Amino acid sequence: MTTNAAIRVQNLTKRFGSFVAVDDVSFDAAEGKITALLGPSGSGKSTVLRMIAGLETPTAGRIWIEDDETTYKSVQERRVGFVFQHYALFRHMTVAQNVAFGLAVRKESKVDQAKRVDELLNLVQLVPFADRYPDQLSGGQRQRVALARALAPRPRVLLLDEPFGALDARVRQDLRHWLDDLHRELGVTSLFVTHDQDEALELAHEVVVMHEGRIQQIGTPTQVYNEPETAFVAGFIGSANVLHGRVASGHVRVGEHLVPGADHLEEGSEARAFVRPHDVHLSAPEGDREAVEARIDRISTLGWLSRVMLRLGDGQVLVAELPNDDLIDLNVGSTVSVDLRRAKAFETTETSEPVGAPSA
Amino acid sequence: MSVATEPPRMIDITPGSADMRRRERRRRLVRGGVVALCLLYLTFLLLAPLVGIVLSAFAKGLPMVVETFKTPNVQHAFLLTFQIAVVTLVVTTLLGAVTAWVLVRHRFVGRRVMNALVELPLAMSPVTVGLACVLLFGRGGWFEQWFTARGIQIMWALPSMTLVTIFICIPFIIRSVAPVLEELGTEEEDAARTLGASTMQTLFRVILPNIRWGLFYGIALTTARAIGEIGAVLLVSGTLKGKTETATIYILYAFEERLDTQGYIVALTLATISVVMLGVIEISKRRKIREVMG
Repeated sequence: MTTNAAIRVQNLTKRFGSFVAVDDVSFDAAEGKITALLGPSGSGKSTVLRMIAGLETPTAGRIWIEDDETTYKSVQERRVGFVFQHYALFRHMTVAQNVAFGLAVRKESKVDQAKRVDELLNLVQLVPFADRYPDQLSGGQRQRVALARALAPRPRVLLLDEPFGALDARVRQDLRHWLDDLHRELGVTSLFVTHDQDEALELAHEVVVMHEGRIQQIGTPTQVYNEPETAFVAGFIGSANVLHGRVASGHVRVGEHLVPGADHLEEGSEARAFVRPHDVHLSAPEGDREAVEARIDRISTLGWLSRVMLRLGDGQVLVAELPNDDLIDLNVGSTVSVDLRRAKAFETTETSEPVGAPSA
Repeated sequence: MSVATEPPRMIDITPGSADMRRRERRRRLVRGGVVALCLLYLTFLLLAPLVGIVLSAFAKGLPMVVETFKTPNVQHAFLLTFQIAVVTLVVTTLLGAVTAWVLVRHRFVGRRVMNALVELPLAMSPVTVGLACVLLFGRGGWFEQWFTARGIQIMWALPSMTLVTIFICIPFIIRSVAPVLEELGTEEEDAARTLGASTMQTLFRVILPNIRWGLFYGIALTTARAIGEIGAVLLVSGTLKGKTETATIYILYAFEERLDTQGYIVALTLATISVVMLGVIEISKRRKIREVMG
């Protein structure tokens, strides 16, 4: 196996009774990088994280941390830092005692403990709060304490379970940037679980998209956004128009129009074409033969860009987003030519229904 | 034909108006009445007997009090009560805490039944408990032969008296610790383990400090009950004077033997311990609530 995988998970499966929470999951988390496990709730991502930490026992599969197989090791032996969604701070201990806990149970000397606690409180900018109790801190401060506590015993990897999930939007944004800076400084391999695609795309070097216990795609943020491999990924990450049709000679036939990009699909099968609103290009009605014609239903402004609602010949709705400057000559009720060449087509037989498609 | 309806009288709701003052007066009167009723009720039922015991205990002066405490039978009765209470506390605290943990943290077949069974001693009359003990360990009982063959005296001695007290006190620790454990959740335990804490370290550094007031509350309740228990203990004690006579049993027989004052003195001592326990219970209850609220 490659040496730059700090965490390696192979064929990991977890069943709770007859329910399969995690189904044959394999991936690597690269040394020194941030990897995100992204998926909607119930996709099994937290269970994967808890199995890596040893908090859940896998039904099948193997786990390595830094080339050391930990599948059957106890939680304590794995030496991982874990940050919980609801902080899980020890409420009867001060901030300093919380951070020192991992060192105290390893019987490190008081002097070393104090030094390390000081170092970490400096890092998370909470030195003045050392003697406070968790219930005297704000959510963001608590999460920083939790992070300092997890980092104190110098874990081999850092695992974060929805680390910003319990915080309000503004604090969330701040903490996200702060965590990014912190990671640049420490370089500790981090694996975090989130249902928030913005968080995953912004923070992670690599994203593992999960759905219904299975991995849908592994790739860089750019890859999962621009080259979705499954209909689920296409619909879940970013917003996308979904057009239903049937495959005809490498195209998806939507009404009387042909949307390209279905060469890999079987002739005549049901298919869906996904196209992002900003990938829909509008132009004057005549021209390109592959262009589809549509009528403008509504135009609304989103500030620096505008959203144009279109209706295709067969009644399906299409949303386009374009800079305000490109709006010239576009009027409600007029017909335009729509370029859908950047659409991605997927077979409809898949059970996974995409979420996050734009609302009409 | 028309029915003349009187227009509803308008009530002047401006603060301080005659109407509002009248309402306020009436409200105050009702509230005052309820408070007075409660006070009266508590005075007669709680305070009066307590005052009575204090007065009767000191009726023959302080020397009599000292004299009573010097009586071997009284001393032995207190010793017995103390022994039973200590053993009961140790057993119910250890097993109760473990049982609470199992009931809260584990899901197993029969958990709900066990959860309900735990409260059985509260619903059962202590006399029934004593009777059951006699059936098991008394002459011809299921376990009698086994113990007698090994020369172990269970009935009419300390073991049976302790056994029934333990049975009666089972629910207190479990019922005061379980909700605190439930509220605590497993995240802190998980966090401790990921930080390298062993099971014992997790127990002593994380779980116990978090449930200490709940545990304390249960201990206080158990102590009060163990000291005050009479029904079951009486049935299995055989009431051998100076041998199997606990403080409560001593009080019972003091009156039959016209040792009223001695009876009152012992009763007052038990009452004092109860009041102290009540204080402990009150304090730990408040802390426990804070524990639960986080």
